[in-house]
Amino acid sequence: MNASDPIIEMRGVNKWFGAFHVLKDINLEVARGERIVVCGPSGSGKSTLVRCVNRLEEHQEGDIVVDGIKLTNDLKNIDQVRSEVGMVFQSFNLFPHLTVMENCTLAPIWVRKLPKAQAEEQAMALLERVKIPEQADKYPGQLSGGQQQRVAIARALAMNPRIMLFDEPTSALDPEMIKEVLDVMVDLAESGMTMLCVTHEMGFARQVANRVIFMDEGEIVEQNDPEEFFHNPRNDRTKLFLSQILSH
Amino acid sequence: MTAPEAELTVWKPAESRPPPRAATGALGWIRENLFSGWLNTLLTIGSVYLLWVAVPPFLDWAIFSATWDGASRQDCDLAAGACWPVILVRWEQLMYGFYPNTEHWRANLAFVLLLVALFYGLYDKAPGRKYGLLFVCAYPFIAYFLLYGGFAGLEYVESAKWGGLLLTLAMGVTGIAFSIPFGIILALGRRSDLPVISLICTVFIEFIRGVPLVTLLFFGNVMLPLFLPEGTNIDNYLRVVIVVCFFASAYMAEVIRGGLQAIPKGQYEAAAALGLGYWKMMGFIILPQALRISIPGIVNTSIGLYKDTTLVSLVGLFDLLGMARAINADTKWMGLEIELYVFIGIVFFITCFAMSRYSLWLEERLTRGERH
Repeated sequence: MNASDPIIEMRGVNKWFGAFHVLKDINLEVARGERIVVCGPSGSGKSTLVRCVNRLEEHQEGDIVVDGIKLTNDLKNIDQVRSEVGMVFQSFNLFPHLTVMENCTLAPIWVRKLPKAQAEEQAMALLERVKIPEQADKYPGQLSGGQQQRVAIARALAMNPRIMLFDEPTSALDPEMIKEVLDVMVDLAESGMTMLCVTHEMGFARQVANRVIFMDEGEIVEQNDPEEFFHNPRNDRTKLFLSQILSH
Repeated sequence: MTAPEAELTVWKPAESRPPPRAATGALGWIRENLFSGWLNTLLTIGSVYLLWVAVPPFLDWAIFSATWDGASRQDCDLAAGACWPVILVRWEQLMYGFYPNTEHWRANLAFVLLLVALFYGLYDKAPGRKYGLLFVCAYPFIAYFLLYGGFAGLEYVESAKWGGLLLTLAMGVTGIAFSIPFGIILALGRRSDLPVISLICTVFIEFIRGVPLVTLLFFGNVMLPLFLPEGTNIDNYLRVVIVVCFFASAYMAEVIRGGLQAIPKGQYEAAAALGLGYWKMMGFIILPQALRISIPGIVNTSIGLYKDTTLVSLVGLFDLLGMARAINADTKWMGLEIELYVFIGIVFFITCFAMSRYSLWLEERLTRGERH
């Protein structure tokens, strides 16, 4: 495995939900350290695409190779990929019965087999990085949405992932809290993390993305670097979409 | 374009003030809760009247005109009040059944150890709880060794001699202690992705739930021996307790399955995304939350099971109720059902009420600090 090999490789990926063809012949290569923003209307398959990378969704045709590991039904492979790939959800999905600290140390202790003290030290450093060290002993239900999402990011980072997936991380947040989460994501992008983000925060896309992918009807319609993508869309569907979301 | 800064109004949040005071004091409470309208007033008066009609005669029967001393029913004035000597004279049988007198200390010790196990099992802030939990797991074995005996110089006491509260508690505690873990396994099994496991668990649960406990008890007691090879002798108590455990497990499984279904899909996904495998996901993330939700149902089922153990008196075991019926058949104490049933009622009420209060306390405690 070379450092120049793509870290995520999707070849001819197809997926159906029942009879609904949700991903159609997806071919995508993500290089190490690349930051990709995926956008598109709802139902376009963008979340499904991202969720296939850590096999929260199973694809039926094609190959997905993540960091040299091919995703098959082999549970061992899947767990290995999952521990290398961090994920942040739209609805945070923190564990409500565990404190912030416990949320961030559970997987490192039980999957990575880190000693408890070391896991806590690392979690504390991450909570400082997302700027909420003072909340470590609280329960998720006591935090604001923005704080919860930052904990979720810290929880994912605690596994030292090589790839971070973001599935509409700011869509469930109040307007005033979006920025605090985006700041953390920008900071993460600047540190060289490979990121695959489903988001409609076009400011974020402009600021950090290497590539923007536009999806509709289960297909990748267009992909380009942000500058070209926003100012010079090649496809009329992309143009329509951009005009809809940028007109306000 | 930009306005000079002086024109900006500095906004300050208004001071919060305390909420308006509700009508306080005993009188205010009475007015608000008992006489808030004509219907409530009527209900209050009606209830007070009913209490007035029912309570004083009962107290008179149970306490003021009751007989407390005596050796048989001849010593009691049955027309005037209760005849409590039946309880006092037959106390040991009500507590231990026919457990040998010289060995009562073993039952007492088992009971004291039960309290210790309950303390460690139910109170999460108990000192040294780690070791305490080991003791809780070992307790059922310790208790059965103690009660059966037959080793280290302890006389062997066959279960046919167990009776009274001892037997009721032994069945209740065994049933509850067994049914929770077994119910968890059944509930997980029923939701399993593997069709064989799911089918087996579903059939087991639906079969047990579809048949009354009494039928199962008769099945275990009368029919099971017919199927077993001749000479195999599983004692009566063991057969009954196995039936009770299975019965409770099926109900427990459905209660816990309800809890499992209430856990949002996102919790499974978040756990999976962190690389937690099935058992770690269940053990650390899903079950702790599901069991918490299920507490009222689990306690409800436990209380029901505990009370249902009185049905074993129908298959020849002398639990608290069976013992009372045996005592009632004695010519010396014939016709004193009410006294015995009141006594049994009180015993059951104390234990069941304790369970229900514990569950409320636990719910309150577990949700504190994590309310959304």
